[in-house]
Amino acid sequence: MENGKIISIEGLKKHFPMGSGKFTALNGIDLIFGKGEFTGIIGPSGSGKTTLLNIIGSLDSPSEGKAIVMGQSVGDLSAKASAALRKSQLGFIFQSYNLLQVHTVYENVEFPLLLLGVESGKRKKMVLDALEWVGLTDKEKSRPAQLSGGECQRVAIARAMVKKPVIVLADEPTANLDAANSHNILQTMERLNRDLQTTFIFATHDEKVIGYIRRKIYLEDGKVARDEIISKNKGRTLQ
Amino acid sequence: MTAVKLALRNLLGAGLRTWLNVIVLSFSFVVIIWHKGFLDGWDRQARTDMIAWELGGGQYREQHYDPYDPFTLTESHGLIPHELMEQTKKGELTPILISQGTIYPSGRMLSIMVKGIDPGQQVVSIPTTLLENAGEDIPAIIGSGMAESSHLNEGDYIMLRWRDKNGAFDAAEIKIAGIFNSTVPTIDGGQIWIPLKELQRMLILPDEATLLVVKNPETNWLPVEGWSFNSQKSLLVDFDRIIKSKVAGGSILWGILLLLAMLAVFDTQVLSIFRRQKEIGTYVALGMTRRQVVTLFTAEGAMHSVLAALLGAVYGIPLFAWQALKGISLPMEGSDYGISMAETIYPVYSLGLIFSTVIIIMITTTLVSYWPSRKISTMKPTDALRGKIQ
Repeated sequence: MENGKIISIEGLKKHFPMGSGKFTALNGIDLIFGKGEFTGIIGPSGSGKTTLLNIIGSLDSPSEGKAIVMGQSVGDLSAKASAALRKSQLGFIFQSYNLLQVHTVYENVEFPLLLLGVESGKRKKMVLDALEWVGLTDKEKSRPAQLSGGECQRVAIARAMVKKPVIVLADEPTANLDAANSHNILQTMERLNRDLQTTFIFATHDEKVIGYIRRKIYLEDGKVARDEIISKNKGRTLQ
Repeated sequence: MTAVKLALRNLLGAGLRTWLNVIVLSFSFVVIIWHKGFLDGWDRQARTDMIAWELGGGQYREQHYDPYDPFTLTESHGLIPHELMEQTKKGELTPILISQGTIYPSGRMLSIMVKGIDPGQQVVSIPTTLLENAGEDIPAIIGSGMAESSHLNEGDYIMLRWRDKNGAFDAAEIKIAGIFNSTVPTIDGGQIWIPLKELQRMLILPDEATLLVVKNPETNWLPVEGWSFNSQKSLLVDFDRIIKSKVAGGSILWGILLLLAMLAVFDTQVLSIFRRQKEIGTYVALGMTRRQVVTLFTAEGAMHSVLAALLGAVYGIPLFAWQALKGISLPMEGSDYGISMAETIYPVYSLGLIFSTVIIIMITTTLVSYWPSRKISTMKPTDALRGKIQ
């Protein structure tokens, strides 16, 4: 475990209504995540990866058990408190980028800072820094429709990282990208993890991602099947 | 403030979609204000014309005279009160004598009102100077509406038959000395105007009148025995009542126009919320509360009307200013239908009208934007992110 504990999950269960019964997406998860981790939650479709990320990201709440993120119990948070947690401590990266289509690259990256009420001069510097991290300073005026998939995902990374969150949750971030772009994205995230000590948690079943992560949590039928910590750089395949 | 900034960014970023809505809404602004300004202008003009052509600053009426009851006419005359003789000579009031008569244009028989008025009067706008210098003939002037309905032209001679104060019938040929145009049908249709002295002679009612129209409404007109004084305000009561009912009728059209504009905004909002589910989920994931997202969408909808007001001002203000100056020429003669309508209407676009319209539309747009946006507050962000909500 690297540094302090930032996420603690105990006996987490999540049920969804299905017809007259219910479907159990997570069935008794116990996990602890520390600061600066670069962790993958791995499993086939329907194994509960996204549900687990959603609960950690306070977008959803547990049916049973506890998920404590940055000292706050997700299930007990009010809508306002959970929004404040996401706004200040969490960053999200989505499979389909989820960029705001009518905003420019600059405006997309600036968005979280506007919500945080960062003062204009400081905001500009932070946005330009974030664009520099992902190598998109020349695209700041472009709109998402004018960018390639790889570039869009880099904008999404910059948006997630611009406020320097403690945790970044990435749901299948390379699923829509080709191999070269996937590696580029992963290297960017790995560098940011190293430089900024941001915790990255991926939900993935992409072998390319698995090659980068330093902790692999395998989910099967809503349960943790294996939890492996890999020594740094072991198993990486660069193409 | 962030919601307003983001809403503006979203709207401007949406480009053509936004501008189409804004253009439609700005048309609504302009058409609503134009329509109301036109009606206000028409009403004001009708009121002004009625005062200028018929009512003057008020009227002394012989005590038996009831303009809505023709049976009172036989008795509705009296000597011009000596208390008012001085003002009459000074031109501060003008006497009018009214009687019934019959004319025979093109072999037809037509009942009319014969009105005697001083040719030199300057109290009402009727061009009575046309009654001067007619030589041996009895001159008469008529309105264009009367001329058209009775097929009379300037210079025509026509037989007029009347009954004098003793009930004896008499007849004489009169000459149409002039035809005037007026927007006031109540001094035009079924009426002929002849010199007062001539009518007094014909009826054997020397120095008598039915009513006395005063020039200045500000003068303190004292009560006179046998005559009732009707102030300008009291004479306009019926007219103002008609205007009020017209305003109510106009408000229905105003409401329909507003409804059409709001429908466009409502439709856009509903579509936005369904089409932009992922965006809504993303806003929540990035740290906005659902209430903030509702505010953002409401602000977006409301801002359509702000942009529309600005755009409307760009082309609306010059258009209104030009029309208020040049007037709107009407293709038809409204007076044909008994409506007091000038050939050119000068719309009145008051600041009150413009601001009240803009404020009402903005408030309505905000409410209409808020209504569908409330659905966001019931959305699950995880479903919104996947675009799963139906």
